[in-house]
Amino acid sequence: MRPTPDITALRKTLASHEAPRLSVAGRRFSFGVEGLDSALGGGLPAGALHEIIGAAGADLPEGEAFTALLAARAAQGRPILWIRQDLMANEGGMPDARGLAALGLDPGAFLLVRARNGEQALRAASDGAACTALGAVLIEIWGEPRRLDLTATRRLALRAAESGVTLLMLRLAARVLPSASHSRWRVAPLLSVPLEARAPGPPAFALTLLRQRAGPSGVAGEAPGQNWNLTWQLEWDRDQQRFRTPDSRRKPRFLDGPALSRPVAALPAGRPAGAGRADRKAG
Amino acid sequence: MTAHTGGQARTGQHATPQKPEHQEKSWHEDERPSASPLAFIERVRGAVRLVALDPAGLALGLRPGLTLADARARVPHLVAVEADPAADVRLLERLADDCDRWTPLVCLDLPDGLILDITGCAHLFGGETALRQRLLARLERLGFRAHAVIAGTPDAARALARFGRSGLVPEGEEARYVASLPVGALDLGEEATLALARAGLKTIGALAGRPSLPLSARFGEAVRVRLARVTGREDIRLTPRRALPDLIAEHRFAEPIGRAEDIEATLEGLVRQLATMLEARGQGGRRFEASFFRADGAVRRIPVETGRPTREPGAVLRLLRERLDSLADPVDPGFGFDLVRLAASRAEPLGALQVRLDGRVVEDEEIAALLDRLTARFGRARVLRFIARDTHDPGRATGLVPAHDAPAGAGSALPHGEPDEAPTRPFTLFDPPHPVEVVAEVPDGPPLRFRWRRVLHQVMHAEGPERIAPEWWRFPHGGTLSPVRDYYRVEDREGRRFWLFRAGLYEEASHPDVGMDTAPAMDMPRWFLHGLFA
Repeated sequence: MRPTPDITALRKTLASHEAPRLSVAGRRFSFGVEGLDSALGGGLPAGALHEIIGAAGADLPEGEAFTALLAARAAQGRPILWIRQDLMANEGGMPDARGLAALGLDPGAFLLVRARNGEQALRAASDGAACTALGAVLIEIWGEPRRLDLTATRRLALRAAESGVTLLMLRLAARVLPSASHSRWRVAPLLSVPLEARAPGPPAFALTLLRQRAGPSGVAGEAPGQNWNLTWQLEWDRDQQRFRTPDSRRKPRFLDGPALSRPVAALPAGRPAGAGRADRKAG
Repeated sequence: MTAHTGGQARTGQHATPQKPEHQEKSWHEDERPSASPLAFIERVRGAVRLVALDPAGLALGLRPGLTLADARARVPHLVAVEADPAADVRLLERLADDCDRWTPLVCLDLPDGLILDITGCAHLFGGETALRQRLLARLERLGFRAHAVIAGTPDAARALARFGRSGLVPEGEEARYVASLPVGALDLGEEATLALARAGLKTIGALAGRPSLPLSARFGEAVRVRLARVTGREDIRLTPRRALPDLIAEHRFAEPIGRAEDIEATLEGLVRQLATMLEARGQGGRRFEASFFRADGAVRRIPVETGRPTREPGAVLRLLRERLDSLADPVDPGFGFDLVRLAASRAEPLGALQVRLDGRVVEDEEIAALLDRLTARFGRARVLRFIARDTHDPGRATGLVPAHDAPAGAGSALPHGEPDEAPTRPFTLFDPPHPVEVVAEVPDGPPLRFRWRRVLHQVMHAEGPERIAPEWWRFPHGGTLSPVRDYYRVEDREGRRFWLFRAGLYEEASHPDVGMDTAPAMDMPRWFLHGLFA
């Protein structure tokens, strides 16, 4: 059924009313990874609602850290309101300032609100979204609270567009629900590229772009015929304060790379160099 | 009180020696058979004795201290109820709350008295006589029988009220009025009272006429001190139950109000009054408390706090509204409030604001307003900021404190770590750490696999140990756990990263002269999961 001209005109009027409001922010924040940022058209828009989904409850540390890092990139030094449901503390413990600092974040920039339930978290988020002095608001919600519907997310998105505050909603142990978010991501743990002596490497994330307004989206399996890959493997580069792809880092020296010159123990003088090796073989 | 305020400095006290109808919870009015005398009983040294009686019981000649058996023999239809001293104290505290309407300086005089410092308050109620009458009338309406005495010192008023007097002691006449009281009114304890009585000193008047030096030499210094206080020669300060606010604005109603709109309008008026007072003093309040005094004696207090001093009526009103809306049990007007009071405490200097060129002040103000709003809605313990502490013990090194208590940026000065290294401290910490089952190499190899929350994790990458021990003065005395911890950073097959530690060492466990079969497993070092890395 074709929409009648009246409705089309009405839609146009509506769009003209909404357009300036949504473009108030206009600013974008990037991941710092070339392929990812170009797929997004230069980064994610600030002053919008973005959704990050951790499918399992055990994805909590990855999800939280990824969202916090993204929030820090969006906030650019301004304070970040971090709203956390009490359930998170049972599941994944309380965030630690040293851990934040170890990721290169400034713990002093975070204001933590502990909400009893998802409803309280949404109320606090709507307060935070209206406060223009904030850089970003990070909302964590467990599961699917009843209040989290299209209307609620739409309200949040509009508030964010008005104030220019970026809203990042982390949903853990959650299904995908219809929402008014600008983009939706799934984050999962990823085996890090180990450091020397098989020590765990820097934080690594497996990231999937599930949905993006006005842009390519979807997992390869979900959208047949699309040949772009919207899955990325990211690693946090603390020194540069940006994300990067794990393979961009040089391979660890002791696993498969060529041996580097380094000081060796002096061999005893007056003894053939091969003697030691023969001894070892014998033993 | 002493005459340090220049004019009338007076203390009022009223005691409620009989408390029949008001033992909460343990007893209810409707259970009472009509016209039967009532007694509260308590087990004292093996015998059940009466501790309090109602007027009907007293009229029949029963007295506190009698055993229940004797009382029953005299009055067979006596109703006996177990005394509940804790409920009495609660009742007295509620009464003290209600007495806040007369003066902010109220203190309890256990078990059944209240002392009010009415210095400078009496004229608000039409003088001391009128205040005393209104107070007694109010108590009677609430169902209490009381003695009320107004005197120059709290001790004099207390002694007179406790020993059955009632009325108003003219200024400077305390010594004359207490002269006829027995020495027990000095409240010196049984032994000293007995000693005084044996010496033939039966009344305070008899004591007061004697030189104080021989008295204190024979009966102790306390006699002289108490005597000076009771006769009004020496004054003490009362310790009020709650801290005195800096400023108070209040509204009294002849007819109690109960409608939400009326309450709202009253609050608004009070906030404006208070703001004017604060402005005149060049101050702003950090804490505001609205008190609602119900006509039936119940008092409800609603405090709100701000991160920085404020006197803007709109902001304070918004916070109060926020708080009132988010209360788990809403303020119940019942039969209506006859007094609404707003108090500002922790007033701090507050000058006029100046906006900087970069507009930072406005931003800071906005954040402070947001914090106030969230704190008012969720409570102090739920709006937090990170702070750093000077210790290497990971459990205490950092903390979360109410945002109102911590300056902005208190948690900023923390080390970031070496370049090109992975984070060495986890993103989240568990408090307390979770015990895990671990398979690891002896003596100090990293874990090979571990079970946490019934899930088995195979370790792929590991780093450690990093040995962390608390400061020596925090070593626990005794206890089964070794305070020394060896920390490992591990990563499992799925890419989840954990912070595990081993409490204790394997060497400590395997003692040479104790075989493994005689030493139980509790000596083995135990493993814990302390945190999660991103």
